[in-house]
Amino acid sequence: MKIMDKEILSDVHGVRILRMDIHAPLLASKASPGQFIAVMAVEQGERIPLTVVDSDAKKGVITIILQEVGLTTKLLGRLNPGDSLYSMVGPLGYPTEIKNYGQVVLVGGGVGIAEIYPVAKALKKAGNKVITIIGARSKELLILEKELKAVSGELHVTTDDGSYARKGFVTDVLKDVIAKCDNVGTEQCSVPTALVYAVGPIPMMKAVSSVTKPAGIKTLVSLNALMVDATGMCGCCRVTIGNETKFSCVDGPDFDAHLVDWDELTKRSRIYIDKEKHICNLNKL
Amino acid sequence: MNKTPLKPKEIDALKRSVNFDEVVLGYSESDALAEAARCIQCKAPKCVAGCPVGIGIKKFIYQITQKDYRAAYRTIREKNNFPSLCGRVCPAEYQCRKTCIFTKKDEPFASDGAINIHFLERFIGDYGMKNKISDVMGTGLKPVPITRPLSKFKVAIVGSGPAGLCCAGELVRNGIKVVIFEGLHKTGGVLRYGIPPFRLPRDILDFEINCLKDLGVEIDTNFIVGKTKTLDELFVDGFSAIFLGLGAGIPSFLVIKGENLCNIYSANEFLTRVNLMSAYKFPQAHTPVNEGKHIIVVGGGNTAIDAARCALRLQKRAGMKPDTTIVYRRTEVEMPARRLEIEHAKEEGVIFRFLVKPSEFVGDENGFVKKLTSLECTLGEPDASGRRRPVEKPGSNFDMECDMAVIAVGLKANQILTKVTPQLKVDKYGDVMVNPETMETSIKRVFAGGDIVGGEGTVIEAMGMAKKAANGIINVLRSL
Repeated sequence: MKIMDKEILSDVHGVRILRMDIHAPLLASKASPGQFIAVMAVEQGERIPLTVVDSDAKKGVITIILQEVGLTTKLLGRLNPGDSLYSMVGPLGYPTEIKNYGQVVLVGGGVGIAEIYPVAKALKKAGNKVITIIGARSKELLILEKELKAVSGELHVTTDDGSYARKGFVTDVLKDVIAKCDNVGTEQCSVPTALVYAVGPIPMMKAVSSVTKPAGIKTLVSLNALMVDATGMCGCCRVTIGNETKFSCVDGPDFDAHLVDWDELTKRSRIYIDKEKHICNLNKL
Repeated sequence: MNKTPLKPKEIDALKRSVNFDEVVLGYSESDALAEAARCIQCKAPKCVAGCPVGIGIKKFIYQITQKDYRAAYRTIREKNNFPSLCGRVCPAEYQCRKTCIFTKKDEPFASDGAINIHFLERFIGDYGMKNKISDVMGTGLKPVPITRPLSKFKVAIVGSGPAGLCCAGELVRNGIKVVIFEGLHKTGGVLRYGIPPFRLPRDILDFEINCLKDLGVEIDTNFIVGKTKTLDELFVDGFSAIFLGLGAGIPSFLVIKGENLCNIYSANEFLTRVNLMSAYKFPQAHTPVNEGKHIIVVGGGNTAIDAARCALRLQKRAGMKPDTTIVYRRTEVEMPARRLEIEHAKEEGVIFRFLVKPSEFVGDENGFVKKLTSLECTLGEPDASGRRRPVEKPGSNFDMECDMAVIAVGLKANQILTKVTPQLKVDKYGDVMVNPETMETSIKRVFAGGDIVGGEGTVIEAMGMAKKAANGIINVLRSL
């Protein structure tokens, strides 16, 4: 649980996105793309889920990427190489189903870009044609562009404010990519898109789902529901998929985007918004 | 001679319901002597048969009357490694006290006159703790005769709840090396995430667990067997046998409309936030829990009572008017909860509404629950459990204000390990199937006990199964 390396990927007005390499030999040998860990920075801290972005079994090291948005992520962000986390457990959740689908489109928004990276890498290795679309609010918040370029056949970038690459949203590019394939077999589109995999803020994943649903393209999203134990014990992370209640931690985190009750997920993600503000104010964050 | 037991001292209901300190203070020495003197030392005592681990109850009560507390401690520890713990959480009125000679025939639970065996056990357990005689297990007791040294064997215990701790204790007493793997960051399982500190103070729990560590039991937290390592990998690591004390970790819901609205918690989530993550200390502890103005807890077991008492405390601590109601579809007699906890909850101000069956939660525009619609019930014929079945009264729908709810209607088997271990045979409930004589599962040298085998039971029932499994393990190791 010792931090081996730490890198600041982005720093906009003190809100940082950080990469950390953590010594965890068992985890490093077990974690597959799509899985996550539950971590605590300090003994009185919260348990929060974080995606395993990379793992190196030989070095016994896993990589996480986090954005400092609340008290817990800020406390994690304060840890330096040589420090240890209070607790860490995993790998949790089902791995993403990796196989040769043909053509896949990966969509990442904000810090969700970190979560599509391991999946993109694995899908590429499985022989897929990987098209990656990543977006952020502005240029400074964009992460892993170089890394994703290396594992993607095509990489498209958007920024909300137009400070870099295409101005607009990831869904704008997604619509174009899908439209190109209206006529499969043409020069622009040799095979249809078999899978879209999207991770990012809830509104982004919902928007991606509404683009791919009418087109009938299978779409998976990795849900970031609130969790406590993250091992199926509490049901805090329950989501409605179709008409069934599922636990994101043990039944997911990947789910069929077209079946997710987005409205419920959005509301449930805001249960503690007042308490979160309160604790951040108290700690002058 | 008193006809009824001495009531142990308790903190006043008004004072205690704003904090999480222990409610029952237990017996003083003179209390314990007076209560022990009430025991008539039956020639053929029935109380022992009522104890799932078979503590020599008659003997230790006699030793108390002789003021030989050390001997009494040893008597209990021969059968039970955790007297201070069991003395606090055992539902004695359904077990040893129910079979006590002073309980009238055909009573649903112990009569008032039954000896307060659990409070005597607690007195002795705490005496041992205060006087640091916990190591009698290693020194004072006669070692169990063994035909072959077992010290070369290593056994893995999965889960550090009541079953796992008990099995570990039994094995280490036989010289076997024991490693407990716990998925959470702290030990104790349900004893820590489920049972609130006002029923089981954390220093008591820590003490009982530390006794095991002193005996050489190793505990590895943050380790989920089935995720971090599989059973096969544990065997490869050199473990000769494995005990599964996985517990009943998955919360059941009512499966009614609106149940996923915000501020509707499973009892597991609510209690885990409050107990394991210390959310009652928010913001000093960082895990939040919300307080509702009108909290409804659904259920009739100890978990429902624990949740209601925690909820009421949160309301009071937040300076709100306490308004916590337990709704249960049967009546008070059928409640599976301990009688003492029901009394405590009432004293503290928890409201009980019986013969009520929730049918729908209704939310506001932000997705937060605002009311509960229910049906009234009457009691019908007894069902499989022997309790009278609740029957809905048609058209009896009524609403209750409810801006927070806790669902405490039971738990299902934890499936993290069983899902990835297809060779491990489970029944239709997902519970692990065992040979009832040895507690061995469908995988050789893998044993199981506690809630993962029997469904939801008590702490001491889990320990009873764990002891049986420990014997099964010892027998297998001897034959290797």
